[in-house]
Amino acid sequence: MADFLGVPLPALLGQLMLGLVNGSFYALLSLGLAVIFGMLHIINFTHGALYMMGAMLAWMASAYLGLGYWWSLVFVPIVVGAFAVVIERSLLQWIYKLDHLYGLLLTFGLALIIGGVFRHFFGVGGQPYSIPPELTGAINLGFMYLPKYRAWVIAVSVVVCLATWYMIEKTRLGSYLRAATENPALTQAFGINVPIMVMLTFGFGAALAGLAGVLAAPTTQVSPLMSSDMIITVFAVVVIGGMGSILGSVLTGLGLGLVEGLTKVFYAEASSTVVFVVMVIVLLVRPAGLFGKEK
Amino acid sequence: MSATEYLRVERLHAFYGESHILHGIDFTVRRGECVSLLGRNGAGRTTTLRALMGLTGRRTGSIMLNGREIIDMPSHRIAQLGVGYCPEERGIYSGLTTEENLLLPPRVGSGGLSVEELYEMFPNLAERRHSQGTRLSGGEQQMLALARILRTGARLLLLDEISEGLAPVIVQKLAEVIRDLKSRDYTIVLVEQNFRFAAPLADRMFVVEHGQIATEIAQDELAGRMGELQTLLGV
Repeated sequence: MADFLGVPLPALLGQLMLGLVNGSFYALLSLGLAVIFGMLHIINFTHGALYMMGAMLAWMASAYLGLGYWWSLVFVPIVVGAFAVVIERSLLQWIYKLDHLYGLLLTFGLALIIGGVFRHFFGVGGQPYSIPPELTGAINLGFMYLPKYRAWVIAVSVVVCLATWYMIEKTRLGSYLRAATENPALTQAFGINVPIMVMLTFGFGAALAGLAGVLAAPTTQVSPLMSSDMIITVFAVVVIGGMGSILGSVLTGLGLGLVEGLTKVFYAEASSTVVFVVMVIVLLVRPAGLFGKEK
Repeated sequence: MSATEYLRVERLHAFYGESHILHGIDFTVRRGECVSLLGRNGAGRTTTLRALMGLTGRRTGSIMLNGREIIDMPSHRIAQLGVGYCPEERGIYSGLTTEENLLLPPRVGSGGLSVEELYEMFPNLAERRHSQGTRLSGGEQQMLALARILRTGARLLLLDEISEGLAPVIVQKLAEVIRDLKSRDYTIVLVEQNFRFAAPLADRMFVVEHGQIATEIAQDELAGRMGELQTLLGV
């Protein structure tokens, strides 16, 4: 069996694959945060709660309504997005003119409330959610076994991230978004309904979190607590990538997943802190993040 | 209201937070007319245009556009009624290419100039269509800011200090463009510091002072009232 620096190759590749799966979740979540921050200038602390909601709704749809994974994959992001739109219209839209700190406080409070409601009704125990039959099993790549579901998560994440990037950078709607991000008042004075775009952007970012939640459901214990670990890492990803940078959040998400995976192989004790070590180093060298623009 | 009246501003007050900037602006613009708002820095000319677009804080009074009251409308609704706004700072987006800047404002009416016509009018923009908008020279950015509101079919153009800080040859080019637009029956409000640029173009001039219209001078009165105008403008 081949070795790499004393580590058996299949073990190394296995950890790298796991890292890439985690990175896929980081990418999806930090992409949503980046899109929202770019447009609303709000650091959305409800993001972890929306991710948890995505997974819990997928489990509830299956447990109470008998709706399977594929239904959830389509409808849960829509429900989470619609929920976010209600939050934006009823609460967030009133605080855009205030200091960013208020947006952070409000969304943090909302995250606590959403988490509390789910804990009240469902407790903190993990619920099992099984991999859909179409994606069970593994593919033999010759040098390692690749579980189909992990490949699926990576593929969906990459496709969604690329599609989002393309939409924002290359389409007419995207040029409206970029213009509204840069100069909302003037963009509105050209006849573009910026408040509606802000609302839909928040809904879209939230839907991405919901999608990540559904994708994660079969890979973890679905519980109201699942957001807490994830969200802290994701905020670190956003800071490392550069606040508001679309491409930065995606590449950094995937990259840090890999770094975590590698650390698990070579020095497992550091695997949960390595992201924050990277964050410290990046902030020392490039305070605006890897892909961020200095102000 | 006369049949040809396009814009009627009455008792317009505007505020930025606690600052009361406009103190009852009154003027009218007829369809196809070019008027100029002249005045010293800080007199309230730019704020008047911004208030017309709904870009200031609180506004009171009345702004009738083509027979419709727009004082309470959000700015995107005002634009959709056929108003094109070229801001003093030009407002070119750095995140968009020249062509994306040009294509950004959605159509608000029929009869706008085509992209080909605009590139013919401003050949520099055609050459640099793929450059980042803010990489253009000052003059090119001004042309871009003007060109992008000519594409949309807007019939009322609010142009803020378009000659400011530009080389004489470019100012001349802009004057030609304004003449061309007048011949195409656009209604134009020109805010200008440079009255040598505005005077030959404007059918009527309004002098703004302390957030009010101090006086109105028609093109044919200009020669006789030049002394008065120069005193008001402090030139």
